[in-house]
Amino acid sequence: MALRRIKADLHVHTCLSPCSGLDMSPREVVNAALQKGIDLIGVCDHNSAENVLAVKKAGERNGLMVLGGMEVASSEEAHILVFFDDDDDLLGFQKYVYRHLDGRNDDHAFGLQVIADDEDGVTGFCDRLLIAATSLPAEAIVAAARTAKGESLIIAAHVDREAFSMIGQLGFIPPRLSLDAVEISAHIAVADAQRRFPDCTKYPVITGSDAHHPDDVGKRYTCFTVADGTIAEIRKALAGRDGRKTEC
Amino acid sequence: MNLNDIVKEFGLEVKAGSSHLDREVTGGYVSDLLSDVLAHADEGVLWVTLHIHQNIVAVASHKDLAGIILIQGRDPEKDTLIKAEEEGIPIMVSTLSAFELVGRLYKAGIRGA
Repeated sequence: MALRRIKADLHVHTCLSPCSGLDMSPREVVNAALQKGIDLIGVCDHNSAENVLAVKKAGERNGLMVLGGMEVASSEEAHILVFFDDDDDLLGFQKYVYRHLDGRNDDHAFGLQVIADDEDGVTGFCDRLLIAATSLPAEAIVAAARTAKGESLIIAAHVDREAFSMIGQLGFIPPRLSLDAVEISAHIAVADAQRRFPDCTKYPVITGSDAHHPDDVGKRYTCFTVADGTIAEIRKALAGRDGRKTEC
Repeated sequence: MNLNDIVKEFGLEVKAGSSHLDREVTGGYVSDLLSDVLAHADEGVLWVTLHIHQNIVAVASHKDLAGIILIQGRDPEKDTLIKAEEEGIPIMVSTLSAFELVGRLYKAGIRGA
């Protein structure tokens, strides 16, 4: 199979995330990505995947590859991006996360959590407190994701940030944690991150936009040279195997 | 004051490192960001936190802190206790909140940097 270089923004929120704009609807997210020349996005709302299937559908219609996942907050408040190829794996994982997430959302304080369909129709509101942290330690989240039937992709989110990052909250990445990569946030260069955080030399580094508004989608991206947009290919690219590679 | 005095005075439950309680405490530090503790805590201080992850032991060991007090009756993870015994880092638990505990430690003469 021929390899090609794709632009991927693996950290995109939708209107489901409490801190996101209501304009981050599935169609708008897909359009924004395509306008920026992005080939693949990762959808990862806070502690929920309820808009993933809608974005996947909208993406499929418009020629954008979409990875389904979520940004899980561990009990230490470290954010971890977790993606699955298989929708059943993702929805099973969502159930697991929901079982360990307490509280009800306060629209007024945190914003609406809109569930939408692929035509941008509002189908409901998630009333869980998605902004909260789960009661799951980082290790438990990673271990649970790895028990999925299909492939999983696990990335420590914005590790250069002080708050909500694995390095910020936990000082360093716990040993033997099965991560595929670490993500650095949109405003730091890879070389700076590697100088400041030794862990960024121990794992493959990617960047993503962490977009909560359409203008930010694709603001930072990572290039993968891969045969297709499956997790197996992306993991090969992160590991630099079989001619696949990662640039950011 | 050494850790033994503090354990007695504040009714702390010692969860790990009980053979290292004769160490003198040179000051106190409160933080729930481990990166901040790595950057700013001084050697010999007593660290007050709600974190129960095993990385607290590595941080305390690296910075040569006197010990760790977990607040609000927090229950440390099993790996954390195993590591703390290995590294000889005392882990003590208070039922008080951080504010209340630190206020009382200050009153007892423990100071920040």
